[in-house]
Order: sequence, then C-alpha cells, then structure tokens
Amino acid sequence: VAVTYVGRRVLGAMPLILAIVVGTFVLVHIAPGDVAMMLAGEAGGTSEEILKSIRVEYGLDRPLAEQLTMYLGKVLRGDLGFSHSYRRPVMEMVLERVPPTLLLIGSALVLAIVGGTALGILAAWRPSSLLLNAVSLLSVFGYATPIFWTGIMMLLLFSVHVPLFPSHGMATVGGTSGGWWADAVDIAHHLVLPAVTLGFVYMALYSRLTHATMLQVLRLDYIRTAYAKGLAERSIVLKHALRNALLPVVTMAGVQIGQVLAGAVLVETVFGWPGMGRLVLDAILRRDSPLLIGILLLSSIGVVLVNVVTDLLYGALDPRMRPV
Amino acid sequence: VIAVFWAWLIASASPAAAQAPTRGGTLKVNYLEPVTLNSAVVSGTTAGVYGAQLFAGLVQLDERFNPKPYLAERWDISADGRAYTFHLVKDATFHDGKPVTAADVKFSIETSKALHPFGLAMFRYLEAIDAPNPHTVVIRLSKPYPALMRTLVPLLVPILPKHVYEEGDIKKNPASRKPVGSGPFKFVDWQQGQFIVFERYENFFRKGRPYLDRIVYEFIPDPATRVAAMETDRIHLIPFSYVPFVDARRLEKRPNVGLSTKGYEGYGSINQVFMNLRNPYLKELKVRQAIAHALNKDFIAKELLIGFGKPATGPLVSPNPFYSAQVARYDYSLEKANQLLDEAGFRRGADGIRFKLNHELLAAFPDIIKTVAEYMKEQLRTLGIDVVMRASPDFATYVSRVSNWEFDITTDFLSNYPDPVIGLDRTYLSSNIKKGVAYSNVTGYSNSEVDRLLAEAQSEQNFDKRKRLYHRVQEILVADLPIVWINEIQFATLYHKDLAGLPTGVLGLLDPLDGVYWTKIPR
Repeated sequence: VAVTYVGRRVLGAMPLILAIVVGTFVLVHIAPGDVAMMLAGEAGGTSEEILKSIRVEYGLDRPLAEQLTMYLGKVLRGDLGFSHSYRRPVMEMVLERVPPTLLLIGSALVLAIVGGTALGILAAWRPSSLLLNAVSLLSVFGYATPIFWTGIMMLLLFSVHVPLFPSHGMATVGGTSGGWWADAVDIAHHLVLPAVTLGFVYMALYSRLTHATMLQVLRLDYIRTAYAKGLAERSIVLKHALRNALLPVVTMAGVQIGQVLAGAVLVETVFGWPGMGRLVLDAILRRDSPLLIGILLLSSIGVVLVNVVTDLLYGALDPRMRPV
Repeated sequence: VIAVFWAWLIASASPAAAQAPTRGGTLKVNYLEPVTLNSAVVSGTTAGVYGAQLFAGLVQLDERFNPKPYLAERWDISADGRAYTFHLVKDATFHDGKPVTAADVKFSIETSKALHPFGLAMFRYLEAIDAPNPHTVVIRLSKPYPALMRTLVPLLVPILPKHVYEEGDIKKNPASRKPVGSGPFKFVDWQQGQFIVFERYENFFRKGRPYLDRIVYEFIPDPATRVAAMETDRIHLIPFSYVPFVDARRLEKRPNVGLSTKGYEGYGSINQVFMNLRNPYLKELKVRQAIAHALNKDFIAKELLIGFGKPATGPLVSPNPFYSAQVARYDYSLEKANQLLDEAGFRRGADGIRFKLNHELLAAFPDIIKTVAEYMKEQLRTLGIDVVMRASPDFATYVSRVSNWEFDITTDFLSNYPDPVIGLDRTYLSSNIKKGVAYSNVTGYSNSEVDRLLAEAQSEQNFDKRKRLYHRVQEILVADLPIVWINEIQFATLYHKDLAGLPTGVLGLLDPLDGVYWTKIPR
C-alpha cells in the first residue's frame, strides 16, 4: 500500500518539477544579459569575436525553443550538462554541495524539533510563570529576528569576543591530521554556530506550537482517563499526550523544509558554509542556467521526497492517517 | 669595551642582516573565489591574485612601471621596434619537472591572443613567434608596439606548459582546475566554496624562494564574517578593498593589522560618470561641463570614500607614466554649473526642473558606486536636473543595459592597466563604438583627432614622443568631457603586521608573492 502511495505521490510531482525546469529556463533567458556578458563584464571588456565564440560554445545563439528542447532531452537522459561559468559537470558540482547542506539543515531541524518540543512540553506541563515567560520571550525573539542578524551576533559573541568557535568554513583547511574521529569533531566544531543560528528560528516556532497543542491535548478526556487509571504522570505526558501533540510539529516541519532551505542560503553565506544555498546565489548572479536549473531540479525532488516521508511519518504517529 | 661597542654598532646598523627572511609558515588570504585557475583565458583581479602564484611571466613591472626580468633574464628590441628577443632563464621548470622552453612561451602567447579578453588588444600586430633555440624567443610584429613590454606580465600573459594544455579545448582542459605552471607556488587542492591551497614549489628558479610554505585562500562570502576573521588572525591578507571601507578604517586601528594603498598603480582604477552622448541634453558640452562642476571631488574622496580615493583629473591615474596634469579643470561651483545650463538654453520649468536623466545604477561595490551616485543625484537636483535611478538587479543586467546604450548616465570604475593601449583605446576609440560589447566605447564618443593620436601612440617607440601624444589625448578628452572622472580609487590591502616582503611593483598583489615571509611565524 505504502509503495503505490509513494509511487503516486512521486508521479504526481512530475508536472510540477517540469514546470520548475521550464519556468526557470525561460526566466533566466529573458532577463537582460547572459553568461557571455557576465564573463566579458568581469574581464573589464573584450572583443566581439570572443563574445560570439562564448555564445556559440554554449548554444546561446540558437532560438530559445531549440535550446530548451535540447536541454530537456539531456535532463531526461540524466545529464544535467556543464556549468557555463565553472565548466564542470553540474551533477558533480551539486552533489558535492548536498552533504554540507543536509548536515546543516538536518542538525538545525533536530535541534529545533527536540529543543522546541522539549521547551513546549515543559511550559505546558509545569506552567510556572517564569518558565512560561522565558519560553514565549525566546520564541518571539527567535521568530522575529532576521536570521542573518542572529548569525552575525552569534559570530561576534562566540567567535570574536569569546573565541570558542571558528568564524567560517566547514573544516580546518588541510585536515586535522588526527584521523577520522578528529576530523569529525572538527566538522562538528564548525557546525555549532551555523546549526544553532538556523535551528533557533524553528525552535522558537516549534516550542510555541507544542506548547499550544499540549495545553489542548492535556485537557482531553482520554488524558483524564489515563490519570484515573493511575498511570504515572511522566508516562501520560510523554507517551499519551505528546504523541498527539507532535502531529502539528511534524506537519510544520514537512511543509517548512523549503523555507529551511531558503534560510540555509543566508546562514551558509554568513558562516561561509559550503552548501547548496551559496551555489544557487552564485549561479543566479553568474547567469549560469545549467547550474541554476540543476540545483532547483534536484532540490525540488528533495522537497517532494521529504513531503512523502512526512506523510509516512504521520501514519506512524497516528494510525488514523495511514494511507489506504 | 670599545670593540664590543663597535660590534654592537655594526650589528644595530645592519638590520637587514639581522632579519634575513624566515622560511616557513602558512599565509591565509581572503578574496573572491575564481571560476577558473587558468589565468590565460580570463582577465581581472582573480586572474592575477591566484594565477600569478602558479604561472610565471616573461617580465614583472617595478615601482615605476618598468619591466624587470622574470622568466626572461634579458631582452633586446630591434631598432625598428618590430622584433623582441627574449632570453629565458636556463633552469626554470614547470611544477611537473619539465623545463620551461621557448616553445611554451610561443604556445602561451598564441593562446593569449586567441582566448584572453584583451588578446587582440595586446597582440594586434603579432606576425610570428620564432624559437631559434629552447631558451630564446623572438616575437615579430608587423608594426612597432611599445606596449608589449608592459603586457608580458604574469597577470596578462601567464606562461603555460605546452605539453599539458595543447591537447583539445583548453577551456575544458581539466588542468585548468588543477593547473601546472612555473610560478613560485604549486597547486594542491581546490574545494569549491571553501578554499584553495598552494604550496611552495621547491624547484622555483629564483633560488631560495618562495619563503612561505603554503598559501591558503579561504572564501568568506559575508563581509561581516570576513572582518571578524581578519580581526581574530584567522585571515592574514585581504587585497583589493575586499572589506567595506568603514571596516577597513576600523581594522587599521588594530595592533595586528596593517593597511596599505600601494601596489594598485598599475591596475589604476578610476571611478567615473559615463554620459551617453546620444542623449539630447548630454550631447551639449555645456551640460556635461555643468555636471563636472557640480561634483565636489574632494568631498567625495574624503567623506564618501573615507580617504580611499584621490580626485582624478582625467582618464589616467596620476602614477601612470603617461599621465598629464596639464588639462582643463572643472572646479566645484554650483553657480558656474547653473550658469552653464542657462547658457545651454535649458531653462527651469515651473517646478524648477530643467530636464530628466536616467541613472543606471550598478548594484556592486556599494562603497564606491552607490554613495557617489546618490550624492550626484542630490547635487544635480539643485541644478534642476531630475535624476531617476534605475538599479540593475545584477551585474549581467547592468553590463547588458550599458553596452546596449540603454542609459543616460552611469557610474562605474574602470582600470587603466599598465599601458594606455588597454586602458584608453577601448573607451575612447571611435572604432570601438560597438553595441552589445561590454566596456566598449559606450558613450559614443568620436573625435578623429583622438583616433589618430591613439593610433599613432600605439606604435611610437620613443618614450618621450609617445608621452607627448598621450598628453595631447588627455588634454582633448578632458576638454571634450565624454566622461567625468571622479576619483582614483585607492584600494586597500589589509595585512597582518608580522608579514614582510609584500610585492612593491605597480601590480602589487597581482604579482607573485615569492618575496613574502613571516617575521614571526604564527603557530
């Protein structure tokens, strides 16, 4: 059942992905200027001959429809083409940027979900005014501050004034010469500030969400029944109530994965984290359409997959939601 | 006692002997990430900052723009100025161990001519390149071309190993990402979006050099992070004002950071206002003069560029050997400017406005471009010229609009490069009015006298005569005023104070860093 469900969802996403590819292709090509202009501009001038040779090399001299069909044909064969500015295979370039982004987004989300729900539960379960105020202050602050500002503040605090963490990059250049464990610790060390910066916003959101639903759920009849049966409070809150209270958090996390990707662009820029977000920006500024479309194509596939996983997770949490 | 005192005197009088360059240490540099490391096919600052470390050139330029030996240990120029004979150093090798020969030089120049953005400008009169023996190269020209000596630098004509790059399409050659050159440093690693690592080439032909073990280039896209990294010694060198001016002034006050504006003379950038002479108002000389009088260059240099600029008088920067100060001056005077506009016949309307101009705004380099553009808008408003700003969302859009003449005025900075044949010809020759070509003669300026003088100067061998020709060109250009030259940009190099031996030539950090060393190696 689950397999056909996944298949249906993936097939259903195909037209959307096609629209993304065609839309981006057309948008990039109708904007004034192209990659030849970009290269010539960076060089501070050039000759007509060189401009023309770049356009011929990339097929930019042909009609748009022809360029588009050629590109789509290649994509269907699994070939994302060559980056115009870096002259490297797009697939290779994107794939080397996927792990850092996944690591960043993954850590940020884990931090946000675990931290956020924990705070939310705590605030609902032991509603002392101090705790409540602290949680709501934190969440308003976290949700209202622009992410790049949080990033720069983190940097100034924990990298410049109290130099606990590195200011930029993903690893010490040249490795740590201490084996894979030391390298992993090194990456984790570099990861702390970006992951906390990105996770903070969502942690704020999830704590509010968990808090609100927990308050609702804890008032429901089945919780009263559980108390009446004489179950331990800890087990009631963490098993019976939390399971239902988690549903909105999972929904939000699934829906927001695209937004988290967008937030990652900013965080990656502030901390010099070598992920996909920075590559997107670079591709846009350089009018590198194969690279840009390649990234958007792969990330939209990623978002579709995450949504499918969310749906399946939903079923695991709540049997009523299982696909039939 | 006297002997001891004497010995002490000698020791303290010769600090050079006491401080022989130390070998070792890693230099961490922060600059823009390049798209390729093959500097033979690209131009601009990234070509030099990275390429000049990997690839040697035939010559380097000294503090006075004069060529000095590099791969070529000496050279002779024939009396008719059409044959340049270069004698190469005998023991130069590429990083793969193969010797640098005349065939490699020939291959490199041919590649440059075909693929470098300035290839045609540099080698327009190239007839043939002979290699009578492995250590002698003769460049034959159809006409004398004295600019040649100032273009054969690592920045513009890097010497490539023929055996590595000759097969197939050089732009797609994987060796462009893992280059093999004969410069002081060899390529080790490039992790895109993160860093590039070079290390000392042990067999570099300048014996004992380079001093540094490694150069690591780390890429930090956010300026605030860049500043933080420099502040905490995680980065040791930032060239080309790659941090905002305000931050450079702040960093300069820190005990570990030095700031220098030397070494940008050969690049020679001028912040300038381009005026589209096809516009019915701007085609009037008096209107252009009025705009020139309305801009207070001292104020811009001191207040807007916080000292990182110097008032420009014309199209060449003042350290350039062909620079002339004997040109018309447009002193700051709003009164004069208003009077000129009245004389031109453009009266103020009921709303106080004479006419409207469209300012195409480049989104990059906000420190240099945006502040000046905003100031200019206010100044011109007081003259009754309503300036409408149109911001280009990105560089490609900007270049495309300007090179297709879709602007009235625009502010940008352009570089002289070491010889005026690159810096002046592209902007002022009427034959380079080419729609759709980036940084061509976009104003549409056309003066047959200037065309003739520039053509003559290209082939004038006598330095003084050539200088007089360019002086005359500057005089005419400043009188005709197709462009208002605002400031010579004084780019800043931020460096760690324990570093010594930074390049002193006019190309500065676009030169090899083989003389750089740590006086105290950081741990």
